[in-house]
Amino acid sequence: MTGQVLYAQLLYGGSGILLVLLGLWSFLVHGPLLRKLIAINLMGAGVFHILVAIGYRGIDTPPDPVPHALVLTGIVVAVSATALALAFGKRLDQDDD
Amino acid sequence: MMIDALPLAVTLPLIGAFAVTVSPLHARGLGLMAAVLTAASALSVTAAVWSDGVLRADLGGWGVPLGIALEADGLSAAFLAMANVVALAVSVYAGGYFKQESARHFWPLWLLLWSALNGLFLAADLFNLYVTLELLGISAAALGALTGTREAVAANLRYLLVGLLGSMSYLLGVALIYAAYGVLDIGLVAEAIEPGPVAWTAMTLMIGGLILKAALFPMHFWLPPAHANAPAPVSAALSALVVKAAFYLALRLWLDVFAPVLNEAAANLLGILGAAAVVWGSWRALRAERLKLLAAYSTVAQMGYLFIAFPLLAATPPGLARDNLLAAVVLLALTHGFAKAGFFLAAGMVQKTAGHDRIDDLGGAAQALPAATFAIGLAGVALIGLPPSGTFLAKWVMLEQAMILGLWWWLIVMMVGTLLAAAYIFRVLSRAFNREPTPYRFVNDARTELPALLLGLIATFGLGIAAQPLWVLLEQGAFG
Repeated sequence: MTGQVLYAQLLYGGSGILLVLLGLWSFLVHGPLLRKLIAINLMGAGVFHILVAIGYRGIDTPPDPVPHALVLTGIVVAVSATALALAFGKRLDQDDD
Repeated sequence: MMIDALPLAVTLPLIGAFAVTVSPLHARGLGLMAAVLTAASALSVTAAVWSDGVLRADLGGWGVPLGIALEADGLSAAFLAMANVVALAVSVYAGGYFKQESARHFWPLWLLLWSALNGLFLAADLFNLYVTLELLGISAAALGALTGTREAVAANLRYLLVGLLGSMSYLLGVALIYAAYGVLDIGLVAEAIEPGPVAWTAMTLMIGGLILKAALFPMHFWLPPAHANAPAPVSAALSALVVKAAFYLALRLWLDVFAPVLNEAAANLLGILGAAAVVWGSWRALRAERLKLLAAYSTVAQMGYLFIAFPLLAATPPGLARDNLLAAVVLLALTHGFAKAGFFLAAGMVQKTAGHDRIDDLGGAAQALPAATFAIGLAGVALIGLPPSGTFLAKWVMLEQAMILGLWWWLIVMMVGTLLAAAYIFRVLSRAFNREPTPYRFVNDARTELPALLLGLIATFGLGIAAQPLWVLLEQGAFG
């Protein structure tokens, strides 16, 4: 049972780290705003993945609520920040016309 | 009763932000009222910490580890008091600066920023710190772009993205800490943490994210355009308070959480980056063509001094000397908060009256706006570190400790930074008093001028820094 939990945590947490690295690489390499925004959201998704993996305690046990609360809050913050960045981007596009 | 002031310092500006959003016609009146109440509650927190010691409030009766706790110790109380006095001054200034339309946009964002700021100084667990950090970054970027000009929007979009990257890095560190120790409360993490790869990685991620937000060289690139293009009261708040909040958090983590895992290499790296920031920021401030850009680069330099404190703190054993050093660093941060806010507000006044802030064309500003020019001069005294400013005292303690430790290279950096600061402040003041733009040559007649220069240098640096031999000499029979 614990072996299974650890395996699931490693799988989810490991893919989370992968997502963070992909997002970071993409954020640093790509210029356009939209790509940067997608990249930073990908990083966020990676961090949330890691947090969900931390909260997992097996199929029959309820998960640790603290990391879940962190993920929910994190999602709200990420959505607001993305909205503001898009509003800035829209303003810059309008000025170009 | 006093403990209630803790949540009030965070909720009052939040309620104010809601009120000015609902009733935009009265934005100015309501905003100023919220500002006064917020500052009063925050100052009462500081007063309570002063007399009764550390304060803690577990909101809603939920304790650790699930609840949201607020805590104020001496360090947070000191930053809280500075931030709220500066924020109150900025609010009063903004009351006259923003007219109807822009006032409606300014006040809700400003009060949100204030709430996040107070929350950051008072939050007692790593995750709430992340939330306040994000709220601070988002409201700061929105405020910075308030003028709506292309430069301002582009600069603040960059600021927002850099800030997001910084907080993402911080959050990843928080996740690591929770995975390893299962707690988020600062006190509990500090008890649980032990040296090892997990703690080092978490520290690198969290402090790394924060120095990005504190604009430490070479991650300062986003700061000058963002701060120079914001409306004057916003520039004041961004430069004096928002970057300072990131520094506060880095210092807090360094002292309270990561103390057992620290090593000298990390401290030295921060110090070297700080030294580079001092030299580069001061140099760019000296070369800046616009007053607000000068102030923004000066912020880069002044943040550098704060990070030079890390290697000094790491090398000083616990005791009176280390306490003095820590107090000096906090004093430096607080003094810069007041000075830079005052500088930006006065620069905004000059800009508004002259219609521009080109330093070379400031001629007559001193005659037209004596009080604003005097404010720039006063702030300049603190930015340079002349006596009797707080910066003077703070730099003195830091220099003394660097000499005692034999780490003389930090001394050179701080002296160079001070000289450059004097140069960029006097450059502004000389233009304000209507002098000719630039001297033709530095030295005009070497034979007569060099002796004068030399004597001046001896008086200032020779006898100031190397006064020790005089004591040795006087010991030869002069001391009774």
